[in-house]
Order: sequence, then structure tokens, then C-alpha cells
Amino acid sequence: MAKIIMPDSFLAVTQGEHEIQVQVENYRELVTELTRKWPDLADLLSNTAVAIDGEIFQDPFLEPIGDQSEVYFMARIEGG
Amino acid sequence: MAEAVDYKQIGNRPIRPDGVDKVTGRARFGADLVLPNMIHGKVLRSPHAHARIKQVDVSKALAMPGVYAAVSGGDFPAIDSGDVVDLAKNIMARDKVLYHGHAVAAVAAATPALANAALEAIEVDYEVLSPVLDVVAAMDPGAVLVDENNYTNLPEKPEKPSNIANVGKLVRGNIEEGFELADFVIEREYKVPMAHQGYIEPHACVANVDETGRGSVWCCTQGHFEFRAATAKLLGKDLADLKFIASEIGGGFGGKTVVYLEPVAALLSEKAGRPVKMQMSREEVFRATGPSSGTVTRVKVGFKNDGTITAAETWAAFEAGAFAGAPHMPGIMAIYSPYEIENFVVEAFDVLVNKPKVAAYRAPGAPQTMHAFECALDEAALRLDMDPLDLRMHNAADEGTQAPYGPKFPAIGFKACIEAAKNHPNYTKPVPEGAGRGVAAGFWFNIGMQSSAEVNINENGSVMVIEGNPDIGGSRASMAMMAAETLGVEYDNVRAQVGDTESTGFCNVTGGSRTTFATGMAVVQACEDVIAQCKQRAAKTWGVDDDQVDWQDGQAVPMPGVNADVKPLSLADIAGNAAKTGGPIQGRASLNAQGAGASFSINFADLKVDRETGKVDVLNFTAVQDAGKAIHPSYVEGQMQGGAAQGIGWALNEEYIFDDNGVLENPGFLDYRIPVASDLPMIDTVIVEVPNPSHPFGVRGVGETPIVAPLAACSNAVSRALDQRLTDLPLSPPNIIAALDE
Repeated sequence: MAKIIMPDSFLAVTQGEHEIQVQVENYRELVTELTRKWPDLADLLSNTAVAIDGEIFQDPFLEPIGDQSEVYFMARIEGG
Repeated sequence: MAEAVDYKQIGNRPIRPDGVDKVTGRARFGADLVLPNMIHGKVLRSPHAHARIKQVDVSKALAMPGVYAAVSGGDFPAIDSGDVVDLAKNIMARDKVLYHGHAVAAVAAATPALANAALEAIEVDYEVLSPVLDVVAAMDPGAVLVDENNYTNLPEKPEKPSNIANVGKLVRGNIEEGFELADFVIEREYKVPMAHQGYIEPHACVANVDETGRGSVWCCTQGHFEFRAATAKLLGKDLADLKFIASEIGGGFGGKTVVYLEPVAALLSEKAGRPVKMQMSREEVFRATGPSSGTVTRVKVGFKNDGTITAAETWAAFEAGAFAGAPHMPGIMAIYSPYEIENFVVEAFDVLVNKPKVAAYRAPGAPQTMHAFECALDEAALRLDMDPLDLRMHNAADEGTQAPYGPKFPAIGFKACIEAAKNHPNYTKPVPEGAGRGVAAGFWFNIGMQSSAEVNINENGSVMVIEGNPDIGGSRASMAMMAAETLGVEYDNVRAQVGDTESTGFCNVTGGSRTTFATGMAVVQACEDVIAQCKQRAAKTWGVDDDQVDWQDGQAVPMPGVNADVKPLSLADIAGNAAKTGGPIQGRASLNAQGAGASFSINFADLKVDRETGKVDVLNFTAVQDAGKAIHPSYVEGQMQGGAAQGIGWALNEEYIFDDNGVLENPGFLDYRIPVASDLPMIDTVIVEVPNPSHPFGVRGVGETPIVAPLAACSNAVSRALDQRLTDLPLSPPNIIAALDE
């Protein structure tokens, strides 16, 4: 099961749940799973970058998520 | 550190292809285009920092001979949803003006003088309101509101509006337990002022929109595709009706990622039926374009007596200017990134004030927060009588360290930077008498995003690279070098150019240290496409299978063991015979680049303070940074030196000074003092190369990180020189004298 860590900004929606374990194959499945559990998360997820096993994706979509993966959501980075 | 690779082109220092045009004045910048029948646009700007607009009347201006068009907020499409709502109000005020210099109306006339005269004929009736100028006071629940419709962006909408637009927070471990483990605690408040990017070229454009509403815009920009998108949205146009052409650009540093003039010029042009040129004066650049956020940061850090950081707690207020969007999130994500800290809290606020809306400035948000934390580390090192580099090495992040923003770092070069600094002759020599030596670390995430590239093989085998990123820091040279390395040809056989929005695929802005990384990756892939095609052409020529052809040193050669009596075919041979083997050869690639590699730095400097005048002299300054791989080391060194110069300026002299009415008192380079050559020593650089495994050549991106560390490096040096901790920037003569008098 992949370990999904919620950022502080998600906790109000996830009722304080900071970490969950899910069985998914890719990011799209993860979003489906999370928004099934917490529909209000959809807006937050649409503007969020994600780090899967240390690699940061600004526009995640079908990136694979393995059984041992660690997934962190984070603010999108831009720059000057 | 990864093994060095023996490249033939990467790492060389060819002369920049745009250099001669730029030093001879031939290069064409934003204001250099002249079109037949062109007229001139000017903007009327608010004399108040905060006021309600009761009426704007442009009729007298429009009636003047030689005036072809005049517009105010009501002439632009009303936009009340989507991602350009605030941008629409920023390019032209609607109901309220929110900062001194906010655009209120614009005219286009036959000459600049006529346009200025027409501005004076525009009548605006204001109801003046109290300005909100102090970021901490603005957060008070009873503060005057910049925007009565702004509610803090929280999961549950607050009952009352506020000047706080957004809040960000990161937490790890147990902060109370962390402080209980500490042998001592450093706690202070630090201030960093609003500062401008200081690009040399003011914003400028020429728009030519015809009676059908279609047209083109020539402008200085960091991203012409995104300028096109914003302009189309603001004017309610189809994206495809506008062509944007990027001129040469005289600096941006994040400040040219935002449209100001382009939609106004396009609307004026459409109304006038003529091309319209608009260019800002330096004063307009200061008053009406986006600087960096001014910040107030409170830091509390716990240490054990061996130097271990046990806990860190930070509170930061970021000035957003008139609209939400301060870089508070990258600020809090960056602050602890160089270090392994088990217990921390960092919280930051994006706060509206009646000042220009902030824009990105190199590593947005990081210089401000990291200034505070790096100063606290220096104070701890002094208390521990510990070398400040040793303190940082003791707590340094490394491969596998969990970044404060979540993921574990892959291979990073922070420890290598500390080691390189520790061994540098500028560090091993004694601190000059009377001076102080300051040390600080820098960090930036770096980003990928979308890029496209085409590689055309000319009939003689020479190579033309077309990419969509305006060349600010030398990208044409670095793209050509990466193409030459991939194809196995000489750099002189490759040219690179920046295509307009109709001649190449989409590219995100040149910014965020992404171009050499992401667009470079697209160029490499486009070259690999070319190689695949060339191998097919050679196979056809030789009558062998495609997989029996290899590519070595810019030539197609038969694979070992292939029984064919053939000579290698160069790119020129294959291009010369292309008509017979399938036509012109063009490689293409488009991608959304992932795997950007974080870049760390160490800066150290010796600074001396004249206690009588408060003048600070920078005796030497050394910047050490992990570039991953330097494609063109001179450009990388230039980025490091440029960022250091800007950071030194921000630390020592640069600040926006507003009066009580919110009027900027120093909107020019005489009073807003950026460093000039005589203010600075030669900035020594050390490029550390810990390759980013996600890039074909190991590139990390180098443009953002160099501005992060200088603020704290200078602050720490001055504090050590004076034996007194100074917390507020800039460390300008009046501020130093005031601090010494306290």
C-alpha cells in the first residue's frame, strides 16, 4: 500500500487525517480515491504539485504509484 | 559526487552569439520596433494609494487633434471569474485604485508629447481612502481593508473580510519537545524591505491589431506564450488571433512574467486602427510594476551545545501588494531546506497592502525567510564559538534527508558546497582587520514545466535550433551547445533562435531556473529524433536495415559486424542527399519536464563598516553553488555573480521608501540605489557539480539560488564587524548609524 501524506492545508478537509494508506497504480487513481473519500479535496488537488518517491511533479496525471511509494502534496513552485 | 563525463561541447565557453549585437546597439529590444503609421500610448496613473474612482472622463482627451484612442477600465471586458480577475484590475483600475501609480486610463496619440498632453485632459473624480501600508498592522482585524471582498482563503470561509489573503503552514515533529531538548534558544524578528528587480530595460511593446481584432504584439517578456494567453483573456479574444514576438530582453529576474502594457496597447491599437508603441519610464517601472515582497519574519531556533538544531519556529508576514499572490509558500518551503530538523513549525501570511502588486524576483520568497534563519544560525555559531560552516555541516541535509516540504532529497550538493567553501583560499585566509566575515546558505527548488523545440537540418548539414523561451541568461548558446553535444557536431555548426508564438510549440516562461533544464531536455530529445531519422536515411542509402546503423561523432556508421562496404555519412552527407531519402530532416520534441533538481549554495564575504558614516564596503565575496552540470560555465558564473550583486544591493541599500500617503519617494536609480561596479569587488565563484540524474547532462538550473544567500551573508558580516546583531535590511548608512546610536 502506498503511503499518502496530507499537507497541513488539507487537514481541515480530511478531518485531521494526516496520513493514509491506499492501493492505487497511478496518480489519477489516487485522486479518484481521495475525492471519493473527501469530495471537497478536489479543488485543492487541482492546484497542487505532488512528490512521488522524491520526484516532484508540477502537473501530475498518470504517474505510477507503487506499493511502497511515498506521496506528498505540496504547493506548486514557480520562480523568477 | 558522480563521475565526471568527458563531454566535447558541454563545459566549453564559446563567445555568446548575441554579444556583438548587444554591445554595438544593433540588438532590438522592446522599444526598438518602429512600424508605419505607428502612434504612441501613455498611461494615466493614480495620484493616490487608495481611493474609490467615482468617475473617469476621457472625452476631452479624445477630442484633441492627434489623439486616436483613449480607454479606461470600462473599455475592457468585465472579468469576474477565472485566473485573470486580479490581473484585469491591475492593468487598468475599475472601481478603486489600490496603489499610487495604479493605471486609471490610457491614450494613443501621434507623438509621445501629444499623448502626455492628452493624459492631462482626462478627468478623474476620486474619493480618497486611508492607505494600508504596514504589513503587520494590515493583519489586524480592525485594519482598513484594501479589498472589502477579500476573505482569507481557508477551508471554511471566514465571517469577515480581511487583508490576509492566504495562510501557509508546515509542521513536523513536536515543537515543544524540540525546544525542551535545546540548551539555548535564539529568538529575533527580522525585516526585509520591498525591493525591485532593477532590470535595465523598462517594459515596452508595440501592438498592431487590425479592424478584425487580430494582430501581433512585439514585446520584452520572459514568456511570450503566457503573455499571449493573458492578453487574449483580458481582451476576450481568441488565443489564435494574437501573435506574440519576444524582443531581446534587458533583464527580467521574474519581473517580466506579468503583463502590464500589452493588453492596453492592443486595445488602443484596435480602437485607433494603427500600431501603438508603449514604453514605461523608469519612474513608472518603480511605481507600477511588481517588486518583491517586503517581509517581517520572527524566528525562534533551539540548539544543543554541540550545534544540533532541536527545533525551529517561524512566523512570516509577506506583503502581497494590492492583490493576493505573495510568495509565502516557497518562502516557508525553502527556509529550513538546507538542514535536517526534526521539529519545526513555519507559518506565513499573504497580506494585502496599498502598494504595487508584487511579482516574482529570483527565488521568490526564499531570500526573505532564509535571511532570518541564516542570521539566527550565525548568532548561534558565535555563541557556540563554532565555525559557521561547521555548524551548517553539522545540520546539513543530504541525499535521503526529508525536505521540509515533504519528499526525501535525491542526490544534492549542499555538503559539497560547504566543503568547497571551507577549502577556498578566501575562507582560509584571516578576516581583514576591522571587517566581519558573514556566511550563509541558499536554496531553490528549481522547476521543469512545458517546453518545445525543433531542430532543422539545413541542406549543408548545419543545424538550426528553434525554441520558445526568450533568451535572458544565454539560452541560445546553451541550447546550441546541448544540440552540438547530442548530435556530435561542432558548436559553430549550430545556430539557435527564439521562435514567436506562431512558429514554434508552446513554452512556459523563461524563469524559475527552468530553461536550460527543461527546454534543454526538449532540444536533446529533438536532436535524438534527428539522429533516428539520419540513421534511417543512412540505412536506405546503404541498403541495410535501420538497426544496422549507429551514430558516432556526428556520423552514421555501420554497426560492428555489418557486412557493407560503406563510408561513414556525416550530417552534411545525409542532408545533401535528403531529397532522395525522404525530404528535409527535422526533429521535434515537446515535453512537460519532470525531475528538476534542487540547487544549494554557500556564500561568504568580508565586509567593513565605517562607524562614522555607516558606509559598508564589500572587501570580497565568494559564491559557491551546485549547478548540477554547467553547460556554459561563464554563463553559470554570470548568474552567480549577478544574483550576488542583486542580493548585496538588497542587503545594503535597496528599499522602497513610501511616505505616509503611500507615495513611493525613491522611484529612480538616483535614490533607489542598486550596486554599481565601483561598489563591488570581483565576485569569486565556485561551481560545484553534483549531476541531476533526471537531466541528460545533469543540469539543475542556476538562476534563482544565487540571490538567496547574499542577504544573510552581508547581514552576518556587518553584525560581526560591529559586534552587534542587526536584524533589519537594508544595512544602509542611515540605518546603520541609527542602529549604532541605539
